Amino acid sequence: MYPYTDFDTAFLAERNAQFRAQVARRLLGELTEEEFKPLRLMNGLYLQLHAYMLRVAIPYGTLSSAQMRKLAELATRWDKGYGHFTTRQNIQYNWPRLADVPDMLDALGEVGLHAIQTSGNTIRNVTADHFAGAAADEVADPRPVAELIRQWSTDHPEFQFMPRKFKIAITGSETDRAVTRAHDIGLQIVREDGALGYRVIVGGGLGRTPMIGKVLTEFLPEEDLLPYLEAIVSVWNQIGRRDNKYKSRIKITVHELGIDHIREAVEERFAQLRPLFSGVDQELLESIRAHFAPPAFVQRSTAPFDAAYAADPAFRAWADTNLVQHRAEGYAIVTVSLKAHGATPGDATSEQITALADLAETFGHDELRISHEQNVILPHVHRADLPALHAALKEHGLATANIGLASDIIACPGMDYCALATARSIPVAQQIATRIEELRIEQDVGPLKIKISGCINACGHHHVGHIGILGLDRAGVENYQITLGGDHTGAGAIGQRMGPGFAYDEIVPAIERLLHAYLALREDRSETFLETVKRLGLAPFKSALYEEGKAHAAE
Amino acid sequence: MKHKVITANALVEGDVIYLSPEGAWVRDLVEAEIFTDEAVAEDMLLTAAARTGEAVGVYLAEVTPEGAPAHFREAFRASGPSNRFHGKQTQREA
Repeated sequence: MYPYTDFDTAFLAERNAQFRAQVARRLLGELTEEEFKPLRLMNGLYLQLHAYMLRVAIPYGTLSSAQMRKLAELATRWDKGYGHFTTRQNIQYNWPRLADVPDMLDALGEVGLHAIQTSGNTIRNVTADHFAGAAADEVADPRPVAELIRQWSTDHPEFQFMPRKFKIAITGSETDRAVTRAHDIGLQIVREDGALGYRVIVGGGLGRTPMIGKVLTEFLPEEDLLPYLEAIVSVWNQIGRRDNKYKSRIKITVHELGIDHIREAVEERFAQLRPLFSGVDQELLESIRAHFAPPAFVQRSTAPFDAAYAADPAFRAWADTNLVQHRAEGYAIVTVSLKAHGATPGDATSEQITALADLAETFGHDELRISHEQNVILPHVHRADLPALHAALKEHGLATANIGLASDIIACPGMDYCALATARSIPVAQQIATRIEELRIEQDVGPLKIKISGCINACGHHHVGHIGILGLDRAGVENYQITLGGDHTGAGAIGQRMGPGFAYDEIVPAIERLLHAYLALREDRSETFLETVKRLGLAPFKSALYEEGKAHAAE
Repeated sequence: MKHKVITANALVEGDVIYLSPEGAWVRDLVEAEIFTDEAVAEDMLLTAAARTGEAVGVYLAEVTPEGAPAHFREAFRASGPSNRFHGKQTQREA
C-alpha cells in the first residue's frame, strides 16, 4: 500500500484548510452559490435531492484496514451509519451537513484519503482491476502506475477546467475487470518482447451516447506513459467541444474527428511534451512499486477448507460463487457480496465496514478492495482461513453467495438520492433480487449481469449489462427500458434495446419473463444467458417480453 | 395557472425546504404557500432566490390543488428515499 509522503500529507492538509475557509466564507455569505459550487465539486461535495452528498475516492479501489475503519467512522459520526460504494470505486455519504464536511475531510486525511477530483470537469479517481496484485492471470499489478497517475492528475494545473470530466481505468490482465473500453482512457498493461508497456484505448464511455473505446496504440513503452497521457488530455482539452455538454466528452471528439486524426494530434503533442519528462516520474514509479510488493504468502495445509467444503453446504455454495483463483498457492480472492437479496446494492453499515476492516486484518494481510460491481474484496486470504472468515461474515449479514449471479446487481442511487435521476433504480434492484430468491432459480440461471441506471448518464453501466435497465421519466411516470446483450469484458458490447419500456410495477415481472425464456431456450446448463442471446438474437426474448406479457395482462 | 410552491435546498443542512405564507423556509410541504397567480409566484421566486445565505437552487414546483406533489420527483423530495426510512418521512412521524 502506498503511504503518503510528507509532501502528500502537507498538500492534502493545505487543500483541506483551503476548503474549510471556502465553506466558512460561503456560510458567512461572502461567496455566492455560483462561486462556491465549482469549489465544492472539486472537493467531492454535491447537493443532491435530500441533502449534500460527499463522494470520497478510493484510488484504484484499494484500502487498508485503517482506511476502511475511518470510512465507518465517518458514517457513524457525520452521516446516518452507512455508506454507499459506487461503480467508480468511490464511497458516497448521503447525509452530511455542509458545516461538517471540512471535519470529514480532515478525518479522511488522517488515513491518506480524500475527495479531490471526485467531481467537476477534472481527471477523476483512477480506477483499476479490483483483483490487482492477486489475480492469477495478471501481467503486472496496475496499482503502482495508477498511483503515479493519481499523483500526476491531482491538481494538475492544465486540467482543472476541462470541457467535461475525464475518467481513466487500468488493468494488468487480459481479462478486463476494470471496464477499460468504457472509459475516456483505458490502459491495459501488456508485455512485448519481455518489456512492459501499455495498450492505450481512448474514447470509450457510456451515458447518452455509448461508445466502445478504440485502440490509440497497441504498445506504448512504459516510460512514455505520463507524457502520452498528458498529450491525449491536452489535445482534447483544446479541441473538445465546450459549446454542448452532450458532445464534450472525448468519445465524441474521437467519433467526430476519427481515431487517426486524434492519433496524429496526440503524436504531435507527445513529441513536444516528451523531452519535458526527465525520467523523475520513472524514479517515482520505482519507489511507489516497492510499496505494492506482494504480502508474505505462507505455505499451510488447506485441510480446514476441504473439511468445511465437504461438510457445510452453505460454505460450499459460498465458496463456489464468491472465490476466485489466487496467484499464490493455497490462497483465494474473496468477494464479499454487498447484495444480500432485498438490500440496497453497494450499501454497507458502519458495523459491517468495521467488521470487514477487522477481518481483513485478521485473515487478509490488511488489505481490501472495492469493485466497480459494488462489492468488497479481500484479495489475499489463505484457504485454511476461509471457514472462519465465512462464519464471521455470516454474523454480519455479509455471507450472501451470489457473486456473478442474477441478484449481484449493479444499481446507481437513482431518484432515491440523485438530483439528476429520472427514475428510481435501487427499489427495482431490491425487488428483482427478492423475486429471484423467491423463485429459487438463481443457481439454475447461472452467470448473469443485470445493471440498472436511473438516468441516461448510465452510472449503473446498463449499456454493458447482459440485461440492462434504464429508468426514464415518460410523461411524469417512471418507465424502464430494457437492453440485452451488453458486455464489459473482451472487446466490449453495447446492449441492444428491446422495445417499449415498462412501468415501475411491470419491470420485475418483465425481467422474470426474460429469465424463464432463457431457461427454456438454452441448449443446456453450460450455455450462459449471454451466450444464448448471442446464439438466438433478440427475437425470442422480445417475444417473451411483449407477447407473453400481453397474454399475462389479458388473463 | 397551475398550483405551485417555492422550493429549494437549505444551505447548511442541504434538505428540502419550502417557502411558507409568512415568508419563512419550512421543512414540510403542507406548510408551504400555494401560488395560483403566475405573476405573484414569479415575483416571490425572485425575492426568495435572492436569499442565497439560506437556500440553494430555488425554483417553482407544481402541486395539485390540494397541495400534493404533482410529479413523482417532488413526491420523493417531500418524503425521502424509498429504500431507507430516512429524511422527511421520519420527521413527519415524529
